[in-house]
Amino acid sequence: MTALASQQSGRPGLDLPAMLKEAGVTALIALALTFPLVGLRTVDVGSRLTVSPRFTEVAIAVALVFIGRIGLILTREKQALPVLVVSLGVAAAAWFLPFPSAALKVIAIAGALIIAIRAAITARSDRSTLSQQERDRAMDRLGARVQDAAVWIGPIAILFAIVLPFMPFANRSVVDIGILILTYIMLGWGLNIVVGLAGLLDLGYVAFYAVGAYSYALLAHYFDFSFWLCLPLAGLLAATSGVILGFPVLRLRGDYFAIVTLGFGEIIRIVLLNWGVFTGGPNGISGIPRPSFFGIADFERRPPEGEIAFHQLFGIAFDPMHRIIFLYYLILALALCVNLFTMRIRKLPVGRAWEALREDDIACTSLGINRTNIKLAAFAIAAMFGGFAGSFFATRQGFISPESFTFIESAIILAIVVLGGMGSQIGVVVAALIIIGLPEAFRELAEYRMLAFGMGMVLIMVWRPRGLLAHRDPTILLHPKRSARQQQADSEAGE
Amino acid sequence: MSGQMREPMLKISGVHTFYGSIEALKGVDMEVSAGEIVTLIGANGAGKSTLLMTICGNPRAKSGSVHFEGEDITRVPTFEIVRRGIAQSPEGRRIFGRMTVLENLQMGSITAQPGSFSRELERVYTLFPRLKERQAQRGGTLSGGEQQMLAIGRALMSQPRLLLLDEPSLGLAPLIVKQIFKVIEDINREQKMTVFLVEQNAFHALKLAHRGYVMVNGNITLQGTGRELLANEEVRTAYLEGGH
Repeated sequence: MTALASQQSGRPGLDLPAMLKEAGVTALIALALTFPLVGLRTVDVGSRLTVSPRFTEVAIAVALVFIGRIGLILTREKQALPVLVVSLGVAAAAWFLPFPSAALKVIAIAGALIIAIRAAITARSDRSTLSQQERDRAMDRLGARVQDAAVWIGPIAILFAIVLPFMPFANRSVVDIGILILTYIMLGWGLNIVVGLAGLLDLGYVAFYAVGAYSYALLAHYFDFSFWLCLPLAGLLAATSGVILGFPVLRLRGDYFAIVTLGFGEIIRIVLLNWGVFTGGPNGISGIPRPSFFGIADFERRPPEGEIAFHQLFGIAFDPMHRIIFLYYLILALALCVNLFTMRIRKLPVGRAWEALREDDIACTSLGINRTNIKLAAFAIAAMFGGFAGSFFATRQGFISPESFTFIESAIILAIVVLGGMGSQIGVVVAALIIIGLPEAFRELAEYRMLAFGMGMVLIMVWRPRGLLAHRDPTILLHPKRSARQQQADSEAGE
Repeated sequence: MSGQMREPMLKISGVHTFYGSIEALKGVDMEVSAGEIVTLIGANGAGKSTLLMTICGNPRAKSGSVHFEGEDITRVPTFEIVRRGIAQSPEGRRIFGRMTVLENLQMGSITAQPGSFSRELERVYTLFPRLKERQAQRGGTLSGGEQQMLAIGRALMSQPRLLLLDEPSLGLAPLIVKQIFKVIEDINREQKMTVFLVEQNAFHALKLAHRGYVMVNGNITLQGTGRELLANEEVRTAYLEGGH
């Protein structure tokens, strides 16, 4: 608010009192917020709970906010260069200075770096004078260009994903993170069909993930079915559960729909938790069989009598990495299947009907589209992909319990879809890299990595409120040689 | 045309429709014969759009019946009604804003016979050359008049035998309104399309239509040929006073 006011007054030069006042107000707000949150700490003394004050922390936090605000004001008032130098200095100094807690240190460094980045941007091109709309449009153009480039970025990314396990830096943990990210990319692409294309806000997607995982685990446990038999069965069962849920729910719209799916996700989890005889309850199911090499060979050092192991089959030395790499390729193939399927189906009548449904479902009815069937199809297909991902998850972990299928998983998958830009396939990849990759990459920061995660989310939503890559590609063209976007841009520019 | 003993294409008899406990249609009888343009005029809230929607089964008639080409469609699901040959350009146009003009038209042909797309597309582009110019553009970026053209074009893509138009002149400049009505006339004359037109713009609608109905508070109060209604004193004072 204060920033807006002073921008409008367009003050020339520096106005020290106004500046101090603005920074002071900010510091006051910071004080009001940090005093109860940081300043008072409850401590167990014996059996009693007492409050111990932490005033140094409050003072430092308020001081940081005050200094930071002054930095921002100076950036705004075209003093970007000195701010850049000073903030970098502060960031470096904060690295070595002793802080009473590590959190304050992280905040100080991160804050100083953000101010430095802003100052750098301002110093380079006076960007801070850009209006929100202009910035939006610039980012849209960038997004459109990225999507245009998807023609070659896609294959390159796939190629990179294929050779990744054989890169010199690819140790066990890199491939493990790769598997994790690919699992979420697959889930994101699956949910994208429901949320991005059909426009149905599904808050319980993890239910289908759970159905898939438990399908495999239970089928293997009770009937000794192999992974390759269970994979299609798990998909089928998940799709069936999608249809069962879909029938009563799909007449609902918007918020009501979201609430019911949220409830369904919880119902599945609670049933799994309480049906102890069948599902193992909170103890979960362990000893889930690992996948074999397409039923031909196992990834064992010493296979049972009469069977052959993977390393024997290929005449190479045994390496536990073989199984990990195989799992990596398995999820890569599954995810690419989902992607290929979605890209194809968007061009078919049912896929186009999904998008039309998202735009205006009354118009859809007036065009003779059977809404219920179309929505059910979206729901069932997305559920099936969730089921595939679930049975992969079960075979990779070897152990599952209801713990793995809480609401936060649904929220993360949804966040990937929304942050990526609803309906954008490549957006899902970028968002999954950020949301899953960043916290993994910053694992050393321990609990503060969630801070980095939250900051990333806030920044994306400030800069790209409609998602990173929100541009939608037309599915039908009359002049296929020129890109659809060019045609669109040309005709819209002629307005 | 109405003198022949032929079964009318669309026959609405004694239709009552409710929104909750409010009776919006209080026993409506009307007919549309093949090849006609029939218009329904009336003030805001008279129940014109409700009647159009009731034909499509949303909301459903509580009593009475709707017959299309001799078959009772009163209880047929909405999407099935469209498949039987009734297309609707809904009130407020309801264009798919983020989809291109071409994609919008393609959505219209989703119930049409396979293989008819390019022929129908050509026909729509001949009627509305403007849409061809804009075919790669997103529906939401079109002007109001172009959106109306798109809504009509989209409805035509399903190869209907009966075209329902809900206030195509709503919020458009007089010149554009003229253009749109001209096209409706062309569709009727050249493609022998039967048109049922709901309008507030009584002057244009009655001039265009072969026959017209006047609706007041959920009842049909007057009917006659377009010319008769235009000359009718009651109609003149209620709907035509103050110019066109």
